[in-house]
Amino acid sequence: MKLDDLLSMWRIRALEEKIRDLRLEGPIVGSVHLANGQESVAVGACSQLRPQDALYATYRGHGWAVARGVPPREIFAELMGRVTGVNGGRGGSAHFSAPQHGFHGENSIVGAGAPIAVGAALAGKYDGSRRAAMTVFGDGAINQGAVAEAMNFAAALGLGVVFVCENNRYSELTPIDDMVAEPDLSRRASALGIPAVRIDGNDLAQVRTATRLAVEAAAAGRGPSFIEAHTQRIVGHYIGDSEQYRPAGELERDLVVEPIARLTRELLADGVPTESVERCERRAREEMETAAAAALRDPLADPATAKEHLYA
Amino acid sequence: MSTSRITLAKGLNAGLRAAMEQDDKVMLMGEDVGRLGGVFRITDGLQKDFGERRVLDSPLAESGIVGTAVGLAMRGYRPVIEIQFDGFVYPAYDQIVTQVAKMSYRSQGKVPLPLVIRIPFGGGIGAVEHHSESPEAQFAHTPGLKVVACSNPVDGYWMIQQAIASDDPVIFLEPKRQYHADKADLDTSVAPPPLFTSQVVRRGDDVTLLAYGPMVRTCLAAAEAAVSEGRSVEVIDLRTLSPLDMGPVLASVRRTGRAVVAHEAHRNLGMGSELSARITEECFYSLQAPVLRVGGFDTPYPAARNEHHFLPDLDRVLDAVDRSFAF
Ligand SMILES: Cc1ncc(C[n+]2csc(CCOP(=O)(O)OP(=O)(O)O)c2C)c(N)n1
Ligand SMILES: [Mg+2]
Repeated sequence: MKLDDLLSMWRIRALEEKIRDLRLEGPIVGSVHLANGQESVAVGACSQLRPQDALYATYRGHGWAVARGVPPREIFAELMGRVTGVNGGRGGSAHFSAPQHGFHGENSIVGAGAPIAVGAALAGKYDGSRRAAMTVFGDGAINQGAVAEAMNFAAALGLGVVFVCENNRYSELTPIDDMVAEPDLSRRASALGIPAVRIDGNDLAQVRTATRLAVEAAAAGRGPSFIEAHTQRIVGHYIGDSEQYRPAGELERDLVVEPIARLTRELLADGVPTESVERCERRAREEMETAAAAALRDPLADPATAKEHLYA
Repeated sequence: MSTSRITLAKGLNAGLRAAMEQDDKVMLMGEDVGRLGGVFRITDGLQKDFGERRVLDSPLAESGIVGTAVGLAMRGYRPVIEIQFDGFVYPAYDQIVTQVAKMSYRSQGKVPLPLVIRIPFGGGIGAVEHHSESPEAQFAHTPGLKVVACSNPVDGYWMIQQAIASDDPVIFLEPKRQYHADKADLDTSVAPPPLFTSQVVRRGDDVTLLAYGPMVRTCLAAAEAAVSEGRSVEVIDLRTLSPLDMGPVLASVRRTGRAVVAHEAHRNLGMGSELSARITEECFYSLQAPVLRVGGFDTPYPAARNEHHFLPDLDRVLDAVDRSFAF
């Protein structure tokens, strides 16, 4: 079980690292945001979602897509502008979607996914399915009006929205603590009448418990929940970020607590053979190499199709 | 009994009702649309008849309203939302431009958005600032949105139903000063023209007047007044602003050789600018005069005491017609 978790997190890490390589080598063009260090939030939260639930992510969403079951090959292809991409190269790194996997899209407008998730939850109430809608956003997004609007909307109407705030302490290069007077971000939600918790996002068990309760509440018609998951990104905000804003020693501390290092230590302490632990990383990397290589062979999207699908 | 005499407000209300009867996925949402029936009473009585689920009073949060409608549409509903006044669409502008307009395109058509955003627009009711604006060009400029404007009760009845039936997101503009102004006979047994078409509403031979929404009425009055000067004025109600239906426009201008576009919106980069460009590109050699534009001034919309100076009226339209003949 714990080994499966390690493999799941390694899949995301290996995907992100391969994406970084492809971006630096050239096949991936343009702005890319990675989520290295935050894998446990995606893996833990998605493990509690049912197939019918809807997930709304952000530009830092590749890992969430993987955790939702979107095939890595299609993600690589998407980022490389191939016809075989999840959206044929239309969405790119920050805006792809795969509703067939319950992955209703990334979003590069900070906070914009929150009200959309509210609508999906309202639909879940109307059609009687009680399908939950999860929206994930960062600490910086908590200051967006749309997030506040969405939280109140969900609270007032008692909708099954799971608000997941990945607090990685930074919005771009700005520490969240400089931008809020109240560092407990979950209080934004409790002030609106939404049950809210703050958890250690590096602890898969905590992520699982919090999201299980939230999804159960949504499925039972008990309304929204808010989870502030403390995490850290151990890479730049975007590929190429020089990260000069980090205080000395911070990254070193983060590398100790980040979820893959943490779970690896736990497994070894539990007596799991080193060989089994190492196999997770190796297997994940092999899978991603294979997926990326296949995607790389696929044809680029044809610019002649650029006008298609503007309208239904 | 298929004929009744109705106002635009009544036409829209009846159209919404018909759409809700035909398809139970159609639902209305907005500020005060339920219990109150909307500040202009366009949704009057609908919550009573269809229930609180299908006519939902929302929190006061335009970005939240549009975003919620996007989520509903993604999950199979056909939300029709009301923006209370034109100027209040700006808090929702982000959702409309960055999400609504892009969803079908970026998903390669996997996520169509059948969503109607109703906006009472234009001036003439003595309202305070931000309650009299004409933001249509800002939406027509955005690929992925469709933009229509109704001008009369019969079109109100049909066009709202057609917009709701469309699988694309439609910005639906309603001339608010006309809501309770004129009445017209609605005969529901007469099939309406397709939604995204322009219509010649008065035949003429000497000059083509192009208008939509509240200015159609003004242009029809101008055409009538021009008769005494011996001028035969054709009036086209554009109805659709994105896509533009250029067929009837070009056919008319090729005949008359003159065109004047009139709207309440600011002249600078208004719909008139695009129409002028397209007419010039398509029928340059038919033109006897440059395409002229009549519009609101390029200033913020004035306070109520002065709005009659701002709004193009009969005289400004006729003046432009005269100028067209002076070339
Ligand atoms: C509306 C909007 N404003 C600004 C930006 C630029 N921007 C992109 S990411 C980002 C930081 C967001 O921080 P946070 O919400 O904490 O998420 P994180 O990137 O840390 O995952 C900013 C300001 C944007 N994409 N959208
Ligand atoms: Mg952050």
